[in-house]
Amino acid sequence: MKTLVWVEHDNAEMKDATLAAVTAASKLGEVHLIVAGSGCRAVAEQAAKVAGVGKVHLADDAAYEHVLAENVAPLIADQMGHHDAFVAPATTTGKNIAPRVAALLDVMQISDILSVEGEKTFTRPIYAGNAIATVESSDAKLVITVRGTAFDKAATEGGSGTIEEISGPADAGLSSFVSAEIAESDRPELTSAKVIVSGGRALKDGETFEQIITPLADKLGAGIGASRAAVDAGYVPNDYQVGQTGKIVAPEVYIAIGISGAIQHLAGMKDSKTIIAINKDEDAPIFQVADIGLVADLFKAVPELTEKL
Amino acid sequence: MKILVPVKRVIDYNVKPRVKADGSGVDLANVKMSMNPFDEIAVEEAIRIKEAGKAEEIIAVSIGPAKAQETLRTALAMGVDRAILVETDDEVEPLAVAKILKAIAEEETAGIVMLGKQAIDDDSNQTGQMLAALMGRPQGTFANTVEVDGDSVTVKREVDGGLETVKLTLPAIVTTDLRLNEPRYASLPNIMKAKKKPLDTKSPSDYGVDTAPRLKTTNVSEPPVRQAGEKVEDVDALVAKIKALGIA
Repeated sequence: MKTLVWVEHDNAEMKDATLAAVTAASKLGEVHLIVAGSGCRAVAEQAAKVAGVGKVHLADDAAYEHVLAENVAPLIADQMGHHDAFVAPATTTGKNIAPRVAALLDVMQISDILSVEGEKTFTRPIYAGNAIATVESSDAKLVITVRGTAFDKAATEGGSGTIEEISGPADAGLSSFVSAEIAESDRPELTSAKVIVSGGRALKDGETFEQIITPLADKLGAGIGASRAAVDAGYVPNDYQVGQTGKIVAPEVYIAIGISGAIQHLAGMKDSKTIIAINKDEDAPIFQVADIGLVADLFKAVPELTEKL
Repeated sequence: MKILVPVKRVIDYNVKPRVKADGSGVDLANVKMSMNPFDEIAVEEAIRIKEAGKAEEIIAVSIGPAKAQETLRTALAMGVDRAILVETDDEVEPLAVAKILKAIAEEETAGIVMLGKQAIDDDSNQTGQMLAALMGRPQGTFANTVEVDGDSVTVKREVDGGLETVKLTLPAIVTTDLRLNEPRYASLPNIMKAKKKPLDTKSPSDYGVDTAPRLKTTNVSEPPVRQAGEKVEDVDALVAKIKALGIA
C-alpha cells in the first residue's frame, strides 16, 4: 500500500505531530509525504530525513500558505490518484482538511486511530474514550487521522527521501486568512511535553494559578495544562485545556494539582505514563487513576515541593 | 438568509456509557438521550444571528429514529422556526449524513449551515467538513466567534496553540466549538409553542442517498483500566518519588 502522510508545519519547521502519523502509516506500507505551504522548502528537506520516508511531495504556492482546507483538500485529492491511503495527524489542521479530502474521494474517514490492526482495520476511541471500537473499511482508498499519543514518533534522522515538486488547483477563492493569535512561549507544547503540570478550579484565580503552578513547571521544564473548570472560570486561556473537549496528552509524568478528576478531564490524560495527584479531598476521583497521590492543601504543599526539588 | 442547523440525538453527556458484554456496541436501552451539546451551541448561534437581524429563518434537521423528533422539538423550543426529520432506524455515517444535508441545504438555499464540530457518541468530527466539500463551499471549523457581514462570514477558529480568523464567502458551513456561546434554556411557554411549529418527516430515499455503511464495527470494548497507585505521607516522600522518576 502507498500512503501519503500530511506534514504538519508552520512553513519554517516540521511539527512533531507528523512523526506519529509516519509511524502509523509505516504499518500500512510505503510512506510518502506531502508538504503544502508557501516558502516551505526547508520543511520538505527536514521531512525527507525522517526515517523510512520515500518521496516528499512539495507543493509550494501562495495559495497553500495558511493551509486553507478549500485550497489544500483538492490538491491532496489529486495526489490520491496514485496513493492508497491519506494519513494525517489528528491535530486541528488534520481534522480540518482530512474529512474534506475524504468527501472529495467519496470515502468514509476513520478518525483518531489508536492502532493499526490490519490493512483496513483500526481501533479508535468513541464516547470520549469510554469505549474502543474496532472498525474495518470497505472503501477502495483510506483516509485516516492519527491520535498522536497512541504511536511512537518516527526518528527525525536516517531517512533519505527524495523531494518532488508538485502543483495543484489554484486558490479556490472561497475563503481567506485574516489573522492568527498564537501564544508565543518557550514552554514545551502540551501535546509533546515530557512533563505536564496541570491546575484545576481549586487554584482560586488566574493570579494564584500563575503563582502556584508556574514555578513548579519552570523547575521541571514542564508544559502547563488546566482542567476545563479552570478554563471556564477564566484562570487560563482555552488552549491550556486538557480533556475530552481540549487536548489529549500522554506525557511521561502528569502532575494534577487541585483537579478533582471529572470523566471529561481523565479522557484527556489517562494515557500518561505516571500520574501524580495533589488534592486536599482524599476521595477525589483523580486518586483512582493516580500512581502517586498526596492528600494535602495545595497552597502549602506545592510551594514546598517546588522548593525541595 | 436561511440558516440550516443539523442536530443529532445522542446519549446525554452526563451519562457514563456502558459497553455491552458481547462487544456489539454501547448499551443505549433506557439511557437518557439529549441533543448533542455542540449542536445545541449551533442552534443558539443561529438564533443569535437571527435576533441580530441577519437571518430570516432557521430550519433544524435531524437524521435518525422517530424519537429524534424530541431533539427537534427542543430546537424549536429554543427558537428554531421549523424542522425536518429524515427518519431512519439505521446508523447513518457522516459521509451519508453530509450527502442528505447537501440535498436539503440546496433545496432550502441555506446561506449558512451551522453544526456541531463533532457528536459525542462516535466522535468523528467529519460531517461539516464533508458537507462543505460536497457542496464546494468554504468551511469555518471549530468556531469560537462568528460574525455575519453581508455576503461573507468571519469565523475565529480554535486551533492548536491559539486562535485563527478566516473570512468565508457565503453560502458557508460553520462548525461550532465549546466557547462560542452558552445555549439558552427553553422556557415553558416556548416549549408549548414549539409543539405547534411545523415538523416535516422525510426518508433518506427522498433525497436519493444510499446510507449503506462503509465502515463495519467488528468489536466495541472497554478501554484499559488504570489502577490506583499509592498515597504518600508528605511532601518529602513525594520529592523522593519525583526524583526517582528522573525528571528533577
